[in-house]
Amino acid sequence: MYVSVKGGEAAIDNAHRLLADRRRGDRSVPALTLDQITEQLALGVDRVMSEGSLYDRRLAALAIKQARGDLIEAIFLVRAYRTTLPRFGFAEPVDTGAMLVERRISACYKDLPGGQLLGPTFDYTHRLLDEELEVDARIEPGRMREGASEPVTRIVDILGGEGLIEEEPGTNGEEPGDINQTPLEFPLSRAMRLQSLARGDEGFLLALGYSTQRGYARSHPFAGEIRIGEVEIEVYLPELGFAVPVGRVQLTECQMVNQFKGSAKLPPQFTRGYGLVFGQSERKAMAMALCDRALRAEELGEDIVAPAQDQEFVISHCDNVQATGFVEHLKLPHYVDFQAELGLVRTMRAEFERANGVFQQAQAESAIEKKEAAE
Amino acid sequence: MQTETSTLEGGFALPVFDAQVIFRAIMDAMARPAVVTGVVPRAAPPAPLHPLAGAVACTLIDADTPVWLDQTLSDREALKAWLAFHTNARFTDAPAGAAFALVADPAAMPPLDQFAQGTQEYPDRSATLVLQIGSFEGGTPFTFHGPGIKGTASMAPLGLPGDFAGQWNENTRRFPRGVDLILIAGEAIACLPRSARLVKGKE
Amino acid sequence: MTAHPQTSGYNFAYLDEQTKRMIRRAILKAIAIPGYQVPFASREMPMPYGWGTGGVQVTAAILGPRDVLKVIDQGADDTTNAVSIRKFFERVAGVETTTRTADATIIQTRHRIPEAPLREGQVLVYQVPIPEPLRFLEPRETETRKMHALEEYGLMHVKLYEDIARNGHIATTYAYPVKIEGRYVMDPSPTPKFDNPKMHMSEALQLFGAGREKRIYALPPYTDVVSLDFEDHPFEVQRFDRPCALCGAEQVYLDEVVLDDRGGRMFVCSDTDHCESRQAQGLRGELSGEAAQ
Repeated sequence: MYVSVKGGEAAIDNAHRLLADRRRGDRSVPALTLDQITEQLALGVDRVMSEGSLYDRRLAALAIKQARGDLIEAIFLVRAYRTTLPRFGFAEPVDTGAMLVERRISACYKDLPGGQLLGPTFDYTHRLLDEELEVDARIEPGRMREGASEPVTRIVDILGGEGLIEEEPGTNGEEPGDINQTPLEFPLSRAMRLQSLARGDEGFLLALGYSTQRGYARSHPFAGEIRIGEVEIEVYLPELGFAVPVGRVQLTECQMVNQFKGSAKLPPQFTRGYGLVFGQSERKAMAMALCDRALRAEELGEDIVAPAQDQEFVISHCDNVQATGFVEHLKLPHYVDFQAELGLVRTMRAEFERANGVFQQAQAESAIEKKEAAE
Repeated sequence: MQTETSTLEGGFALPVFDAQVIFRAIMDAMARPAVVTGVVPRAAPPAPLHPLAGAVACTLIDADTPVWLDQTLSDREALKAWLAFHTNARFTDAPAGAAFALVADPAAMPPLDQFAQGTQEYPDRSATLVLQIGSFEGGTPFTFHGPGIKGTASMAPLGLPGDFAGQWNENTRRFPRGVDLILIAGEAIACLPRSARLVKGKE
Repeated sequence: MTAHPQTSGYNFAYLDEQTKRMIRRAILKAIAIPGYQVPFASREMPMPYGWGTGGVQVTAAILGPRDVLKVIDQGADDTTNAVSIRKFFERVAGVETTTRTADATIIQTRHRIPEAPLREGQVLVYQVPIPEPLRFLEPRETETRKMHALEEYGLMHVKLYEDIARNGHIATTYAYPVKIEGRYVMDPSPTPKFDNPKMHMSEALQLFGAGREKRIYALPPYTDVVSLDFEDHPFEVQRFDRPCALCGAEQVYLDEVVLDDRGGRMFVCSDTDHCESRQAQGLRGELSGEAAQ
């Protein structure tokens, strides 16, 4: 007697138990605390906040722990949580010019007002595994520049003062829109594209940005400025008639300065590519800026010849929560559809064999006829 | 005789569950055009907004959906304050800019083609009109057919514009563009989505 | 049927009220324009995109405490993803659930339509991965939107005819395109084409949710649904040359079960509720317990 597969519910419960067991791992090893994750795996936490679109280090740390360190899974957890939060309103645009920078570099000028400030960067570390980190060695406190809490002028504003770089496009007073509230409609405004890129997958944007450097929509980029630091978030309260600060967030901003030849109407000017992400994530901010510049091809009258310039392609595929869901959904049962295909392939094979059989028979008969004729 | 309701009162007592019940009634009515369904309003807006129109507003309207009110309704500041408080509605004076229109006197309202029709690419960007009619009986009888209707469905709404048949035929001709109607009278609603077509000869 | 206490901490049916309103408005427009895909601001759900988030959002937006919910995947109530989605609604809405098609007010499905005809008042919610029937002919949304606007469906007919020229058959066996009320070409979701005729003039309201692709569309009851075909190649559904091995049902969709590695096969109902109801009525197939003994 045949008994069909049952007990999906028990199987799922057991899988969850085993997952919890594997997540905890060897019980003789102390469990990770959220403080340990936020303090010591801070860049992972920042990525989860950034692509999870929710600025909350503790929740991001919890998600990383729950996801066993799988950052895309953690991003997904944060996004799903975000859905349940009521929407109170929106903030005023943040002023990155007033940012209290911890790091600020420019590849365009040797020195400039406010100076080059390396901050906590991997850039000039030698990538040699440090065995001292195997134990909790005593670490000296970092040394900060005195007076570093003064706002420093943005490089693009210095260029802009001379008219050498275009005005920031897409800021002519129109409402930026909100990808959370509005279904995407192509072609997208730059504001909507930037929102999508800001939560886009770091790896995907990195590869696309890289492709522009290798000639697939080359834009001659210079890292005009990268700055990391805290900015104030303000919310306008109609009851008061003015905006009040509600907190501070850490941001990484990248202003890419790109070549542009000018046109009959415009004098030669540099063009902009922009990246902005939560926390400290230069790679993501730079990749985003390269993609932003590439996606402005149509606006700047450039030929669309490369994947990074194709907004439907880039924006429709940059979200790793969507991508991982749909790729991994292939694990779900598809046997009803497979059965349908199986039926058709069998029918077509039977027809093929019948036709082939007839053909072979005809060939055989014709061979006999030829033989007979020859005799 | 309806007493004046204060701004803060008269909304859903159980917002989550009341909205669900009202929505299902609207959904079922939209899926079965021209079928009159009894619905308990669960809202008590200031007059002359009909309690069911108030309930529909609390169910479907928010800050994302501009609302147009006809003259009868827009004259009442208390009513606008009530809608603003219970739905976060933003009001618009332009019928073409509204996602919803609340109409207390349909006979005097602008022609249907003055409201947002949607575009050929996005026909969903069109207005839903909530019309407070006198009754579902006693008016000009109309017979409809189309998706959602088994065979034909008839009703005789009282208080629609005089040339409603002509306007509705035009609305049908614009398909997939066009407006959708939610009709309200007593404790009942009926919907006319743009897909409901008037049966010829019975207008 | 089983009733469940709702887990507190989340709003009823998980979604916040503003999100429900947005989805509800989209559903109404979808009903008013049968077969047209209404864009909506789909939310991240606690299950992955591609695993039914569109259907889950539609169900969450329409569900009330008095509903009785049935969830199927591949026609079965006990497939893992169906179990998972059913549990989700038990937890966040505390609604009654059932496996019995006839008892359900809302049926959420992936890849099948129940065999038993649905009745007025029931809602069938489909999980849709790719809502755009023209997507595999034209990957750009900007283009396919124009094609729908202009009712320009020639490309689809060309594709189907090329199938016939190459294979002697239309090679589409599931997600077989349909035309609604003579206007919109619609993807019926990846149900086998066997189920297409059930959509035509169904008494139930049919709602389609595509979460990742952010589209909702609908078929009101009694709506004309025609599978695309040609005069010389009329639309045909799959036929199985044997009845269900467990309940003996004919004219139903069957799952092929591989019994061993020597070519042993059996065919059983994909709709588990249909199969169990028939067996409860004493109907038997050749491999069911009693017949085998």
